[in-house]
Amino acid sequence: MKYLCLVYLESGKLHAVADRECLACGDGLRKSGMLLAAEPLYPVETATTVRVRNGAVSVTDGPFAETKEQLAGFYLIDARDLNEAIQVAAKIPPAREGSVEVRPVRELNP
Amino acid sequence: MMRLVAVAATESVLETVNAVYVSESRRVLATLIRLLGDFDAAEEALHDAFRAALEQWPRDGVPSNPRSWLVSAGRFKAIDGLRRQKRFDPLDEAGAAADIAVEPEVWSGDESVEDDRLRLIFTCCHPALAADAQVALTLREVCGLRTEEIANAFLTPAPTLAQRIVRAKTKIRDAKIPYQVPAREELAERLDTVLRVIYLVFNEGYAASSGSTVTRRDLSGEAIRLGRLLVDLLPEPEAMGLLALMLLHDSRRAARTSADGDVVLLDDQDRSLWDRQQIAEGLRLVRQALSSQQFGAYTIQAAIAAVHADAREASATDWGEIVGLYDVLLRLNPSPVVELNRAVAVAMRDGPEAGLALVDAILARGDLGDYRLAHAARAELCRRLGRTGDARASFERALTLTRQEPERRLLERRLAELSK
Repeated sequence: MKYLCLVYLESGKLHAVADRECLACGDGLRKSGMLLAAEPLYPVETATTVRVRNGAVSVTDGPFAETKEQLAGFYLIDARDLNEAIQVAAKIPPAREGSVEVRPVRELNP
Repeated sequence: MMRLVAVAATESVLETVNAVYVSESRRVLATLIRLLGDFDAAEEALHDAFRAALEQWPRDGVPSNPRSWLVSAGRFKAIDGLRRQKRFDPLDEAGAAADIAVEPEVWSGDESVEDDRLRLIFTCCHPALAADAQVALTLREVCGLRTEEIANAFLTPAPTLAQRIVRAKTKIRDAKIPYQVPAREELAERLDTVLRVIYLVFNEGYAASSGSTVTRRDLSGEAIRLGRLLVDLLPEPEAMGLLALMLLHDSRRAARTSADGDVVLLDDQDRSLWDRQQIAEGLRLVRQALSSQQFGAYTIQAAIAAVHADAREASATDWGEIVGLYDVLLRLNPSPVVELNRAVAVAMRDGPEAGLALVDAILARGDLGDYRLAHAARAELCRRLGRTGDARASFERALTLTRQEPERRLLERRLAELSK
């Protein structure tokens, strides 16, 4: 069984934990063989939401505002830039029903 | 004597630098963004390049190609700055070195410069940016307006607007929004966003949604300039349609407000005040866009404005043609506002009763209940039918919904006339 652990933090506390500590935590989990993928995200202001309705792709700034939607899964992709990432996101089937939030992954600074 | 000649020569060089700034700074910026891969670095490099021009041109003479000189100077200054930073800031060494390493090909020729301008427009209007950020960024980067100017025009506090621009630039960098003209298959959709941004700027200037003046000319002028630039760079039918629409609306500017700042409705306007040159250009563009068979909603709206422009007086308006064009628009772009406009055209063609029935049907459906112009239109039609009580109620409803001072005065005038 796999688990996706999503870290939620208040915006003011995004840097409350030092990157070094996160790297160490990741290293520990990796050595134990439990870690598949773990990435910190840029703040939600950098997010882009993609939807497909009646076959037409709609792209908007930010995350989905309606509170009823919740995170249902994630795809970690390697794309050239945001345009390519949007093309991939538009092909993910749930984009027809809900929405796909596209967030850039940032590098940790050791 | 020699000294005087030198001073005069220096002054004329300074004038040249100024003129080059006005005509070239946006092009140079667009290319520097591509070369440096970063908006802020490019803006700084642009300023450094002009500072260098102010120092060197009076001494060495104006270069034969000022634009490429400025691009080279800006690029050199930026790389030099990164090297310097690298020397003084060892922590950042890896990052600075990488930035220089990813430097793309050297600057080449006029064609790529025009491509860069188009890249800049599409990047500023990327749909992944918030709508208000698209507008602010376009006015700032493409048009070269200062943040304070944009803030004033949009009645927004300057810090709020500056924040919007910073956030947009951060997103472009961190989310890696590419600096490119979209591929053919994406073009129509992406062009829509660009056109929407331009039209929003135009409308903000033309029919300010709040505030005490009806027109904020600078914004409309800026939008028309943007529209022209876009048609030059990318002559798509809808880009022509939008430019035509803006020109035809703007041609009525002198006639749509009275000397004391009151609104003058289309029917009552002095048509000799309409700008015939703008009308001629607008009509030419509408015809060109329509003949492409690839037109959309902007072109149809421009065609409607063209029918008005064609009528020497209000009574000569071809309302049948206008209703027909609204039918096409409704098929392309169904919306209650378009339906309302069509209803008004029907009233002009078939009489107020026919129009009122359509307006009431829209309102009965629950659409446009909070739209001031729906109530104003209903009031006007009731007035023509002699239904004074209904007219008064609808004018009063419109009055509670308007946020614009000249419009409020117009509605109050209409209300007062009812009592006579």
